Amino acid sequence: MFNYTLRRLIFTVPVLLFISFIIFLLLDLAPNDPTGNLPMTIPPEVREKIRVSLGLGEPIHIRYLLWCKQFFINEPLNILEQVTGWTIGDGERLRVRSWSTRSPVVDLIVERLPQTLWVVGLSYVVGILIAVPIGVLSAYRQYSWFDQIGTFISMIGFSVPTFFTGVLMIVVFSVGLGWFPSIYDTTHEVTNWESFIYQLRQMAMPVFVLALYTAAQISRFMRASMLDNLNQDYVRTARAKGLTEKTVVLVHVLRNSLIPVVTVIALGVPQVFGGAIITEQVFKVNGLGQLLITGIQGADIPLVQTLTFIFAVLIVLFNLVADILYGLLDPRVRYE
Amino acid sequence: MSETSLNTPPHSKWLDIWQQFRSHKGAMLGMAVFVLITLMVILGPILWDLDPSKIDIRAKNQGPSWAHPMGTDQLGRDTFAAVLQGGRVSLLVGVVAMLLSLFLGALIGVLAGFFKRLDGPLMRLTDLFLALPLLPLLLVIIMLWRDTLRAAFGAETGIFLLIVFIIGITSWMQTARIVRGDVLALKEREFVLAARSVGTSNRMMILRHILPNVMSPIMVSATLGIANAIITESALSFLGLGFPSDFPTWGRLLFDGTNYMTLTPWRVLWPGLAISLTVLSVNYIGDGLRDALDPRLRR
Repeated sequence: MFNYTLRRLIFTVPVLLFISFIIFLLLDLAPNDPTGNLPMTIPPEVREKIRVSLGLGEPIHIRYLLWCKQFFINEPLNILEQVTGWTIGDGERLRVRSWSTRSPVVDLIVERLPQTLWVVGLSYVVGILIAVPIGVLSAYRQYSWFDQIGTFISMIGFSVPTFFTGVLMIVVFSVGLGWFPSIYDTTHEVTNWESFIYQLRQMAMPVFVLALYTAAQISRFMRASMLDNLNQDYVRTARAKGLTEKTVVLVHVLRNSLIPVVTVIALGVPQVFGGAIITEQVFKVNGLGQLLITGIQGADIPLVQTLTFIFAVLIVLFNLVADILYGLLDPRVRYE
Repeated sequence: MSETSLNTPPHSKWLDIWQQFRSHKGAMLGMAVFVLITLMVILGPILWDLDPSKIDIRAKNQGPSWAHPMGTDQLGRDTFAAVLQGGRVSLLVGVVAMLLSLFLGALIGVLAGFFKRLDGPLMRLTDLFLALPLLPLLLVIIMLWRDTLRAAFGAETGIFLLIVFIIGITSWMQTARIVRGDVLALKEREFVLAARSVGTSNRMMILRHILPNVMSPIMVSATLGIANAIITESALSFLGLGFPSDFPTWGRLLFDGTNYMTLTPWRVLWPGLAISLTVLSVNYIGDGLRDALDPRLRR
C-alpha cells in the first residue's frame, strides 16, 4: 500500500507538469495582446517596454521554466517563510504577480479562499449528509413512494442547472419574500448572536443550491450501491443468524455500501470547486470562482493560469485520494 | 423468449428495444416533452411571427398577456419570440456539440480497443483530458479566441463554431472509455474470429462488425451528451462568456434577465424553465434508453 501510494505520488509529478505546460501553451499561443486594452496614444516603443516589464520579452520555453520556478519553488518557500517565520535566502524572490492588481497571485488566492471553503465546503458536507440517508431509505424501500419521489427529485437536482435554481431562489426568497439577502456580504463579521444569524441567513441560499446538486448525485450512487449489497449472501447470513434488521442494514450493508460512495465523494470535491464558479457568480460570493471570472474578464493571464492550474492540481490530487481510500477501505482491493 | 416465439415471425432487435422503451413511463413523457420543445423551437418562429429584436418601448417590462405570452423585456421586445429564437441556437449547439463529442469518443474508443498499440497512448490522453479543469479552461479559451474567430467567421457563426468545438473536444472522454471497454470484450467473441478467418480487413471489421455492436452505449452517451452540451453552453452564456445579447440563447436570456430580477422576475423564469425541461426530458430519455438497451432487463 505504501509503495503504491509512493509510486502514484511520483507519477503525479509528470502529469501535473504536462497539464501546467498545456495550460501555459493555451494561454500563450492565443492571439491576444495584454497591452491591447491600453490607450492607442501609447507609442509602440513604450508598448514594447510594457510588454517586457510584464515578462513577455523572453522566448516561450524560458518563460515556462521561469513560471515553473516561481510556482513550484518561490511560492512554496514564501508560504513556508510566512508560516514559520524563518528567512530562507535573501527573501527576495520573483513572485507570480497579477497583471491587474500587481500583487502576488497567491495573496489574492489566500484572501478569497475562506469564502469558497466556507460556502462550498459546507454545502458539500450538507449535501452528503442529506444524500446518504435518502439513498439508504430509497434502496431499502425500492419502488416505494419514497423511492419514486427521491428519484424524481434527484433527477431534477442534476437536470436543473445551479444558475437557474440559484436565480429562482433569489426571486422567490429575496425578491418575493425578503427572507434572505441576495448578495453575500464578505465584510460581515460574526461578533454576537444577531450577526451570527445574519451570517447563517446569507449563507443559506448558496449552500442550499450547491447542496441540492451534490445530494442529487450522491444519493443516486448511494442507492445503487445499497441495492447491490442488499442482495448479497452475507446479508442473508446476517439475517439468518438473528441480527435485528436495524443492525443488518445500518451496520453490515451500510458500511459496505459506503466504500464506493466515499470514493465518489472524494472524486467530486474538485468538481464542486469548479461548479462553485457559477454559484459564486449568482450569489456574488467573492471566492475563488469569482476571482477567476474577474481575471478572465480582465485578461489577467498569470492569475488565470495559476487558478486553473490549482484546479487541475485538486483534480489530480483527489483522484489519487479516491484510489488510495478505495484500497484502504476495501480489503478485497489490493494494490501491489 | 419462450417457446411460443418459435411460431411468431422474427422481429428485429430495434423493435424489441422500442417496445421496452415504450414501457418506461418517464422516458415516454420525456420523449413527448422533448419532441414538443423541438417542434416549438423549429416551427415556433413561423407561427409566432413577432420579431424578437423588434423594440416597442411603450410596451416595456410587461407581464404575461395575450399579446405577449411571456411578457416583454426592458426595451419592449417579446420574450416568447426571444425564447423560441434562443431555443434554436441552444438546441443546435447541444446537438452539434454532442455529435462532435460522440464522433471523437467513438473514434478514440474504437481505435484504443481495437488496436493494441494505440491503447496505451490513447487512454493516457483520455486520463489527461479527465484531469483538466474543464469549466475554467472553457472560459479561458473563449476569452482568448472569441475575437479572432468572430473576425474570421462573423459574429454569430464564429462564436457558434467556437462553443460547439470546445464543448465537443472536452466531453468525449466518458464515451471513449465505455466504447473501448465494449470493443475489448467484442474482440474476443467468435463472430469476430469468424469474420477474421474469411479475410475481413480491419476497416470492414470495424465498420460492419464492431460499430453496430457498440451502438447502444453510444446512443446512451448521445442523450447525456446533449444534456451536458446544453447545460455547458447555458453556463458559459450565463457567465457572460458565451453568446452575445444580440444573438441570445436560453442561457444568455437568463443572464440578461437577472439584472431585472426585482422588476420582471418572470424574465428569468421562462428561459430557465426551458433549459431545465429540455435537460430533464433528455435525461429521462437516456434513462429509458439505458433500461431498454440492457438485455438483462428486457422481458
